[in-house]
Amino acid sequence: MSAHAITRRSWFEADARTRIHGLVDAGSFSELCGPHERLTSPHLAVLDLPVAFDDGVVVGEATLDGERILVGAQQGEFNGGSVGEIHGAKLRGLLDRARDTRPAAVLLAIDSGGVRLHEANAGLIAISELMRALLGARAAGVPVYGLIGGSCGAFGGMGIVARLCDGLIMSEEGRLGLSGPEVIETVKGVDEFDSKDRALVWRITGGKIRRTLGEATLLVDDDLGAFRGGAKALLARGAPLRGLAALDADQAALAARAQRHADARDGLDIWRALGLPDAERLAMLDADAFNRIIDRAETA
Amino acid sequence: METFTLDLPSTPANGARALCGVVSSGNLEILVDTGHAPDRCRIDVSTSAQGFRDTWEAVLADAVARHPAGGLVLSINDAGATPAVVSLRLDQVLESLEQAS
Amino acid sequence: MNAPWNRRAARHAQRLARVAHLAAGREIAAGKLIDVLEAVIEPGDRVCLEGNNQKQADFLAESLAECSPERLHDLHMVQSVLALPSHIDVFERGIASRLDFSFAGPQATRLAKLVQARRIDIGAIHTYLELFGRYFVDLTPDVCLIAAQAADADGNLYLGPNTEDTPAIVEATAFSHGIVIAQVNERVERLPRVDIPADWSDLFVVAPRPNHIEPLFTRDPALITDIQVLMAMMAIKGIYAEYGVQRLNHGIGFDTAAIELLLPTYAESLGLRGRICKHWALNPHPTLIPAIEAGFVESVHSFGSEVGMENYVAARSDVFFTGRDGSMRSNRAFCQTAGLYACDMFIGSTLQIDLAGNSSTATLGRIAGFGGAPNMGSDARGRRHASPAWLRAGRERAGDGPLTHGRKLVVQTVETFREHMAPAFVEQLDAWQLMEDMGMELPPIMIHGDDVSHIVTEEGIANLLLCRSAAEREQAIRGVAGYTPVGRARDARMVENLRDRGVIRRPDDIGINTRDATRDLLAARNIKDLVRASGGLYDPPRRFRNW
Repeated sequence: MSAHAITRRSWFEADARTRIHGLVDAGSFSELCGPHERLTSPHLAVLDLPVAFDDGVVVGEATLDGERILVGAQQGEFNGGSVGEIHGAKLRGLLDRARDTRPAAVLLAIDSGGVRLHEANAGLIAISELMRALLGARAAGVPVYGLIGGSCGAFGGMGIVARLCDGLIMSEEGRLGLSGPEVIETVKGVDEFDSKDRALVWRITGGKIRRTLGEATLLVDDDLGAFRGGAKALLARGAPLRGLAALDADQAALAARAQRHADARDGLDIWRALGLPDAERLAMLDADAFNRIIDRAETA
Repeated sequence: METFTLDLPSTPANGARALCGVVSSGNLEILVDTGHAPDRCRIDVSTSAQGFRDTWEAVLADAVARHPAGGLVLSINDAGATPAVVSLRLDQVLESLEQAS
Repeated sequence: MNAPWNRRAARHAQRLARVAHLAAGREIAAGKLIDVLEAVIEPGDRVCLEGNNQKQADFLAESLAECSPERLHDLHMVQSVLALPSHIDVFERGIASRLDFSFAGPQATRLAKLVQARRIDIGAIHTYLELFGRYFVDLTPDVCLIAAQAADADGNLYLGPNTEDTPAIVEATAFSHGIVIAQVNERVERLPRVDIPADWSDLFVVAPRPNHIEPLFTRDPALITDIQVLMAMMAIKGIYAEYGVQRLNHGIGFDTAAIELLLPTYAESLGLRGRICKHWALNPHPTLIPAIEAGFVESVHSFGSEVGMENYVAARSDVFFTGRDGSMRSNRAFCQTAGLYACDMFIGSTLQIDLAGNSSTATLGRIAGFGGAPNMGSDARGRRHASPAWLRAGRERAGDGPLTHGRKLVVQTVETFREHMAPAFVEQLDAWQLMEDMGMELPPIMIHGDDVSHIVTEEGIANLLLCRSAAEREQAIRGVAGYTPVGRARDARMVENLRDRGVIRRPDDIGINTRDATRDLLAARNIKDLVRASGGLYDPPRRFRNW
């Protein structure tokens, strides 16, 4: 087929396994609790809904540039990547394994709206166990990095999980938030947040504004190779030691940010307030060009 | 959900394990495991679309006639895929086995 | 002036005299529009209200619907499309009672209810060219209400990129001494160009908001499926390449959007640039941008414009028709003529196909009409010039007999099942039931089976030109109808025989591996990719953006 087709391998459109294979060294991935073990959701079965043999998440071991890592990827297309009891237990087990076996890092390809509502308390418990396990791995000195560029983004409990990571790689298609746009609109009304205004949703939750605000460590193009490159860069950087002083500094920076952008309606207002050139055109730039502008603004 | 099992004749395949597709609206996953009789293919279907068993039987019979699938067990979780999508996924997973052998 | 041979001209003068005190020269104040309409239109008049599926004279339509039914009644509406609620309101309020039209997509359900309640008398449902033709024969408007971009003080009109139906309507009305009233978005000192000269029109009103334009031809590549990619590959390799189709029209669905997006990738890899798809009768589809940028496309003439494509079109004036002022010039009547007579192929999708190949988008309880598809999707028996594609199709149709004329390629591309497992292939079209329910004289068939040359499904291509009997035709259709009841009732031996003769071709027969059919082949995956491909010139409507 044409060269064109081969060079383009979208992260956004890839499924969970394809993302993992695009991320890690070729042939290095070995799956844990894989689909052949048929660990399917008992809750969905009771509700007479379709189940998936992997419950919508793929976990296992691999190498990245020869270094041993653990990796997990959520399947956004299966029930919105939602975290049910089995799904959450697989991710929690992966992070416990990281604590016990000390790989170079854990990579979590997040693509989820949060807790699987069908599983109610079991899902809530699963996601809180997942958060505790993530902090356990970090406390053991294993850095955990999140990768966000799928159709479901990272919302709800998985938005919190994302922010517990040592670093985040996002594409501009990725979204990160706590309450999803539909939830905010339902609770606070359409004047507060019009969830059908796609541009507004992305200007508030999308990868580019998250990179601008520092919540995303790296912004990469929507490409499997670009995410792999980003993961290698974070691995090379190593996990920063987070002492109390660093947390206090983060808190002060967040307070200053909240004050500075108190009147901002969305990302475009923030780009303008930061004095970035051609703020209206930033959304059209590819990741490299965008990063150059943000890096320059940060060093200035 | 509607569930049923078919047992169909097929030429022997190279036994292997595989997975194809994702359970999402209009799509399905097919899990391949090794079975017993080398000239039979067992297929377990679980589908959210009620009342299309005869269509499934026709699609599956054609697929295991097109590709060697003897000695395999196919397990299908379906969320309302059309026959076109089902056929495409069956082709994809069975051809991947042929190429691996 | 009162001689019996010039009564229309006299009536024209009388009508204008009745409203002279309500207008300032040519210009009507928006607040006086209803008074003007009530004075200038007469009960029983034939009124043409402009509105296609894109540009709408919406302010004039709403104002007409607000007129008093005591002043205005029994109007005979002649119009291309019933798109807006006000188009139905004029009937519900008793202002109009008779209708001749072409398409009613968005108002199809309300229209059907009016027909069943006997509140409306439909003359006929037309194709666009038919209706335009009748404007000059027996449906000539007494008054037309049109939409323009701008007017100057003299009453000259500028139509902007969406010329669409306006020239045809104004020509028929003005030169039969009817009244021409335009709504404009702005009054300016100097127009960029004059599209309708002042002495072809009578009055204009500056509307309180710009006329509505629907972005009807924008297809988000993100919604194209792998199956549509497979069918697009089959169409390109099995039909476009085989016949060397250079001049064509595409429907508006995702199936044909997929073909447009495979030109710079898949078709390029087959070496087809310069050999296919050079000349188009087509609206400026955003999904055509990558093919244009890749050098596939030499010319595009359009029925109308497309919202957001204005700057791109203006910057590609070698490809698109543009005025001296730089902006696009479209024209539905000419583009329909081009599609009918100057194109070698039409390809589009449908909802239902029967065993004779008749296809229909009619569904029960809706009167949707036809639009332009039957003009594009029919073999022009009056065509005389030859082209390789046309001759080859004609030869296939004629068999060994003498060749007296060629044949247009009319291709229907459908998945065997639509969503919710509704089969696209049926023993009998819903159109027949609709005909009975609505008391029509004929079933509303979009493309007649004897015009269809090929049917493309995910199972293969059926070449109906090569069928030598009704029985063969039926089996050729069953043979690509997949697992629908129609497909499963095939005569398997006859279908295999048709496949041996090349009447039916499977992906394998064309050299296509279904595993290669993935979205990775699309030249653009989403709207943003299209903007980038256009060098930032394409400015998509808000609802299609995520930035």
